[in-house]
Amino acid sequence: MYDIIVIGGGHAGCEASLAPARMGLKTLLITSKISRIGHMPCNPSIGGPAKGIVVRELDALGGEMGRNTDKSHIQMRMLNTGKGPAVRALRAQADKVDYPKNMQETLLNQENLTVIEDMVDDLIVEDHQIKGVILENKERIESKAVILTAGTYMKSRVMISSETRISGPDNERPSLGLSDNLRRLGFITLRLKTGTPPRVAIETVDFSKTEPQPGDMECFAFSYDTTEYKPLENQVPCYLTYTNAETHKIIMDNLSKSSMYGAIEKIESRGPRYCPSIEDKIVRFSDKPRHQIFLEPESLHIPEIYVQGLSTSLPRDIQEKIIHTIPGLENCKIVRYAYAIEYDAIEPTQLWPTLESKLVFGLYFAGQVNGTSGYEEAAGQGIMAGINAALKIQKKEPLILHRDEAYIGVMIDDLVTKGTKEPYRLLTSRAEYRLFLRHDNADIRLREYGYKIGLIDEERYKKFNNKVNNIETEKQRLSQVKINPSKSTNEYLDSIESSQLKDGITALNLLKRPEITYHHIIRLLHEEVKLSKEEIEQIEIQVKYEGYLRKTTSQVEKMLKLEEKLIPLDIDYNKILNLAIEAKQKLTLIRPLTIGQAQRISGVNPPDISILLIYLESFYRRRKGVEIDERESACEFIPE
Amino acid sequence: MFNDTIVAISTALGEGAISIIRLSGNDSIEIVSKLFKGKNLIEVNSHTINYGHIINPEENSIVDEVLVSVMRAPKTFTAEDVVEINCHGGIFVTNKILEILLTHGARLAEPGEFTKRAFLNGRIDLTQAESVMDLINAKTEESLNVALNGLDGKVSQLIKNLREEVLFVVANIEVNIDYPEYDDAIKMSNEILKPKIFEVISKIEKILEYAKTGKILREGIKIAIIGRPNVGKSSLLNILMREERAIVTEIAGTTRDIIEGYINIGGIPLKIVDTAGIRETNDIIEAIGVKRSIKALEEAELVLLVLNNNEKLTESDKNLLKISESKQRIIIINKSDLETKIEKELLKNYIETTMLDDKSVDVIEKKIKDIYNLGDIKTKDQAYISNSRHIAKLKLAKRSLEDAIESIELEVPIDMVEIDVKDAWMTLGEILGEEVGDALLNELFSKFCLGK
Repeated sequence: MYDIIVIGGGHAGCEASLAPARMGLKTLLITSKISRIGHMPCNPSIGGPAKGIVVRELDALGGEMGRNTDKSHIQMRMLNTGKGPAVRALRAQADKVDYPKNMQETLLNQENLTVIEDMVDDLIVEDHQIKGVILENKERIESKAVILTAGTYMKSRVMISSETRISGPDNERPSLGLSDNLRRLGFITLRLKTGTPPRVAIETVDFSKTEPQPGDMECFAFSYDTTEYKPLENQVPCYLTYTNAETHKIIMDNLSKSSMYGAIEKIESRGPRYCPSIEDKIVRFSDKPRHQIFLEPESLHIPEIYVQGLSTSLPRDIQEKIIHTIPGLENCKIVRYAYAIEYDAIEPTQLWPTLESKLVFGLYFAGQVNGTSGYEEAAGQGIMAGINAALKIQKKEPLILHRDEAYIGVMIDDLVTKGTKEPYRLLTSRAEYRLFLRHDNADIRLREYGYKIGLIDEERYKKFNNKVNNIETEKQRLSQVKINPSKSTNEYLDSIESSQLKDGITALNLLKRPEITYHHIIRLLHEEVKLSKEEIEQIEIQVKYEGYLRKTTSQVEKMLKLEEKLIPLDIDYNKILNLAIEAKQKLTLIRPLTIGQAQRISGVNPPDISILLIYLESFYRRRKGVEIDERESACEFIPE
Repeated sequence: MFNDTIVAISTALGEGAISIIRLSGNDSIEIVSKLFKGKNLIEVNSHTINYGHIINPEENSIVDEVLVSVMRAPKTFTAEDVVEINCHGGIFVTNKILEILLTHGARLAEPGEFTKRAFLNGRIDLTQAESVMDLINAKTEESLNVALNGLDGKVSQLIKNLREEVLFVVANIEVNIDYPEYDDAIKMSNEILKPKIFEVISKIEKILEYAKTGKILREGIKIAIIGRPNVGKSSLLNILMREERAIVTEIAGTTRDIIEGYINIGGIPLKIVDTAGIRETNDIIEAIGVKRSIKALEEAELVLLVLNNNEKLTESDKNLLKISESKQRIIIINKSDLETKIEKELLKNYIETTMLDDKSVDVIEKKIKDIYNLGDIKTKDQAYISNSRHIAKLKLAKRSLEDAIESIELEVPIDMVEIDVKDAWMTLGEILGEEVGDALLNELFSKFCLGK
């Protein structure tokens, strides 16, 4: 008997199985193929705006994606460096061979974690409680909790033009029975779609006709614990090229041969706006003379190039024609053709914010099966499902990250509160408190949680605490040290094009000037720099953007007040006469845990919230004496 | 939602002698104290009534003479800090005060919200819960119309357009952030952003300018004609009301037996306070006349102070000049056809009239238009915004944009500048009652060809 069984070894499954195992729970990962664990069926890129911050958050909580990327990349870039600290984001080109290999090694060597190759066909559910899984050969394995991270494998169908085939990505075996069995249990499923572009042989590409996009010549890492960096000179560049009028003409002439434009009848699935096919781009933006195509090397071990920007479901011969119109690719050889894939996902509003399902106790869902897209989104959900499944077994409070704490929190709240109609991708614009959710401060936001739940060990925690102390002590010191308008001070300020001082000023206040850096201050104080790069960065951000951070803080405080108002789980919305009908329906369906969450449900309007508040107040007063520990009530999920 | 500070006019908006504006919430005392000239309200005892003036900090002018009740939590109706402002009745002044409060940190109360808070804070009995909910329901339906009614179709189109302009800017910045390598969006920089924001600000200013006109046209200007007996107040009134240009409606005052009249000059409705008093003062002794003038002056938004060209300034004249100083006023030196004995050098900014011809009315009309910036009024084809909440929101949006400009000047990174621009966009949306929802994402993916 296991504590937790994780179904699926993708990016969600990896984190979902590592977290509980590291928290001391007996965990089993069931995957169709061990060699496919941590595989990257789309482009081998990890990070970028919002997503890169998710990787940092995962790392702060004690996840693996950051560390594994640091070990397995062939290029890294810090994006948005010309903008503010809130939107800076790290992105890596991972090595498609090394990344899964390193991840597999980590999983296979993880204490408390067993990995087996098999297919799960059904779930054992008794009286709304998960009891385990049933394998293809009808063998039963029991557990206290199950985390389903089936990715795009449920009833998946690969499409190239009019040709369709029941298959998982990269010709892997799909799971045929699972989604039917979920529907039988009462789950509502969605049919979603995504696609991938062709890969070409690297030796057949003429890179001289493209613009190289090299990695940064500065060492970066996703993980707060990484101390060894890969040599910068070993980085491999990506390349930029463009489509042209000829490309577009071929596509328009052959549009009807695209699976999505009529080659296949009855497409029920919805694709992401975030990942349009090239035919979508050309149809929807017909006035654009060209589209960007990024050529991304997939690995140092396999000579293949991922042609980013050319997702399509056109037939193979047309794919050949199209690709040969593109500068640098005139003579290229396609080694794998582009395809579209459609699959079953579950409607994510059927989940609590812990990612536990409302229908079945102890059954959790994470990753693409919840209607998201992207490795980082999957991993972020994976770790939260893993943590919460473990905490529940340990009879501890769940960990629900708020919208001001993590992009992971924003994503899960969006999914379980609003649901999704298309594969969900994280974007910085989905976060209201972007200024808080930065690349640099993920540890300050989340490491404490990681430590509390047992994913961050003493040593790492101590290191983190030192950092926080150093920052606070130094800020305190700078607020007391005065810099006087001496001749040498003013001469130095002149030399760095900052205006002269007339009166004495604290070092902290001088640092608030946009052009003044911490190093300038140290220079003015005739001192040596003793802090680390990260500590200095924190001080600069906290000091320089104090006003903006304060503004965000006051917004957050308002939001948190609403999050503190908890809704008991046995509330019967139909009994609240004055609620609007739509509000009743939506609230009954979503069953929000807090007034804050209720307020974010579309169709629930301010008067409904007022009425709900009054109802709750009466409800609590009637129950006088029965003090409700509000956090705990969120713990005891009562199944239907 | 809770604990923020809410405000509402709690007396029926209309012609009562006194209006009460009530605030409830943590910041209510602080908000009012910033707008109050008199004692420091933060330091006064709880449950005290304080005399003073409400000022408009933007124009640094006095809006009204008021009594402010300060009641600290928990012994108040809502069990929160409550402030009540007793001001002179009349739609113009009351709305103006409301608008100032809304632009300085208070939020317009939802229907039934004071009662709701009272209940949530334990001040109202459980048995009343149902009725509170009914109240919210009823008032919501009622206010759904009200909220939309205040907004003229043309204005809402104007604001919609503005909002789209702002959204375009925001979307561009967002694309730059989320897709830093995407080459088809304008690489927004502070240099590009600045003129765009200025453009929007100036458009908002224009709407606000119209708003003033709209308010005046809807609600009229309360005018007091004051002056010593025999300076020509009556003649002024008569000439204003004479011929076709004057339309007089007479409503008998209930308590003070005052007859008030509306007249209309050049399309501007003027409401003359205490017309009876003006007529009577010819016969009664000077002291009473002045006293009566003071009373009229308190209620008025615009004061016409009439002086006699043919006499030296008397103590009473000087007294009236002094007490009307803080008011919007027009000094009229009447009887300019007679010999000048008045000390004009002591006066500033006056107009000269003789009550014998129509030209005098034109001079007064022009002066009023100048003061209220009315220009040529074309009531038919102009779009006006008149609801205090809408005006306050527009001003807040404008302020956010001004903050953005300030940030740009400080060379703050663009994504931080965008925080204020986004605020402005959301505030404009609140005027239209539009939710933020997925509008931004829709804009992103419909205007830009994004994704791998």
